[in-house]
Amino acid sequence: MKKKELATVISQNTLAPDIYDMWLETSLAKDAKPGQFVAVYPRDGATLLPRPISICQVNQEKTALRLVYRKAGKGTAEFSAYEAGQKVALLGVLGNGFPLEAGRGKKVLLMGGGIGVPPILQLAKELEADTTTVLGYRNRDLFLAEDFKKVTNLVVATEDGSVGTKGNVLDAVRENGLQADVIMACGPMPMLRAIKAFAAEHHMKAYISLEERMACGVGACLGCVTKTKEVDHHSHVHNARICTDGPVFDAEDVEI
Amino acid sequence: MNTQVTIAGVTFKNPVMTASGTFGSGMEYSEFVDLNKLGAVVTKGVANVPWPGNPTPRVAETHGGMLNAIGLQNPGIDVFIERDIPFLRQFDTGIIVNVCGKTVEDYIEVVEKLGDQPVDMLEINVSCPNVKEGAIAFGQKADALFHITQEIKKHAKQPVIMKLSPNVTDITEMAKAAEAAGADALSLINTITGMKIDVHKRRFVLANKTGGLSGPAIKPVAVRMVYQVANAVKVPIIGMGGIANYEDAIEFMLAGATGVAVGAMNFVNPYATEEIVKGMKDYLERYQIDDIKSLIGAVRE
Repeated sequence: MKKKELATVISQNTLAPDIYDMWLETSLAKDAKPGQFVAVYPRDGATLLPRPISICQVNQEKTALRLVYRKAGKGTAEFSAYEAGQKVALLGVLGNGFPLEAGRGKKVLLMGGGIGVPPILQLAKELEADTTTVLGYRNRDLFLAEDFKKVTNLVVATEDGSVGTKGNVLDAVRENGLQADVIMACGPMPMLRAIKAFAAEHHMKAYISLEERMACGVGACLGCVTKTKEVDHHSHVHNARICTDGPVFDAEDVEI
Repeated sequence: MNTQVTIAGVTFKNPVMTASGTFGSGMEYSEFVDLNKLGAVVTKGVANVPWPGNPTPRVAETHGGMLNAIGLQNPGIDVFIERDIPFLRQFDTGIIVNVCGKTVEDYIEVVEKLGDQPVDMLEINVSCPNVKEGAIAFGQKADALFHITQEIKKHAKQPVIMKLSPNVTDITEMAKAAEAAGADALSLINTITGMKIDVHKRRFVLANKTGGLSGPAIKPVAVRMVYQVANAVKVPIIGMGGIANYEDAIEFMLAGATGVAVGAMNFVNPYATEEIVKGMKDYLERYQIDDIKSLIGAVRE
């Protein structure tokens, strides 16, 4: 059951320039699955729409959510100034999440690029599979890398070559000769397009988490659609709603 | 204490409705709101065949509001009749179906298919600013609006609401044309055409370049237009444009609206509609008003 409720900030830290790490106490954590997201409402009445932010981690007791986000505009700038004890309105939990059963017992490559890294952490924790995680960063600010090392084999690529493979996540996959049955990924659109092509070429299943500008977050406004290969069951056109039918899609099913 | 209002012979349990396009057919928001508490659900625009809508990005935030250019994506009337109407029939709420089209014939096809359906009213969308053909072309010239209203009235079995565009020089001229052609009611305002440019990328934020502005930023414009139209025509008005709380809803009624619709603010507060119903009841009690209808157009000079 989705709901809007007030959460309480437990802590907030900076992980890298403009990358913030906020833990929130909220009942929404009870039902949160890897790859799902919450919509966070700014308090400033001039910034109306909630910001969709992926769930990075759920605590053991399922009473708190960790959001790791990039300060990119007015809304996230406001969030980045929040301190422990402050209240923040959340709508959630939203979206379908990654299909854990599709990876169970298999060899799975997890990939995260940039601000697509955070949702992969909870996935790496929950997936009952032989996982290798490939993370792509701009530079040596490897936010969350230490958390990943505790739960999965970690391979890193950086755009500037300062750590790991110089290049993107697929460059690192090739350089290390990584193989798998299934890919699960989140990151910028060029990365996801490349993964879709890579998976098709190697006859692998790929589940990718998409992003789009959203308004309602619950499937009513049809703002955040992605093109689909087949006619979508709900829209009856070649469009699926990223907020509710996604954000995670079988890469074969979407035309990106 | 009476909260019922009557529009073109149809009685609604209270004046609070949903603005077309912001509430789907109620399914998504029924997780948040008890639809039985609402005066009516006004559904997202439906055409004779499925429409894919515009490319993304389709939405953008602006100061105190938002732009959208969804482009009337819809599953077509046949799916709508099979799926959406039966869903809404489970609830004790009014059903108003918003109809869109590219040609007069498109509109008539939808209106005719709805003829034997259990819906209370039809709202004709001749004011969507995001569709290149049809739609708005009918809503920005008084003679075109007169013509399409007259044609639809010939075929409609249910009372017809014409939804007016604010993107005109004089909205009262449009209102008078629709009334003269037989419209049973008017709803206003649709969104105001706007634009946003990303100065860092030096690109339009919306793929469609322009979009419809909604939200609290447009409320004063909407209140003014409702007031002007209420003083220009006799048919009842459903007022909308940035309604966020019961005070906004009362403001529209005082300006002359019989019904009020909540749009973009559903996205901000998914409980908004139900809270506004409650807030309006409390307002009536506080000021000891026996009948909500006495608020319609009751602003004092």
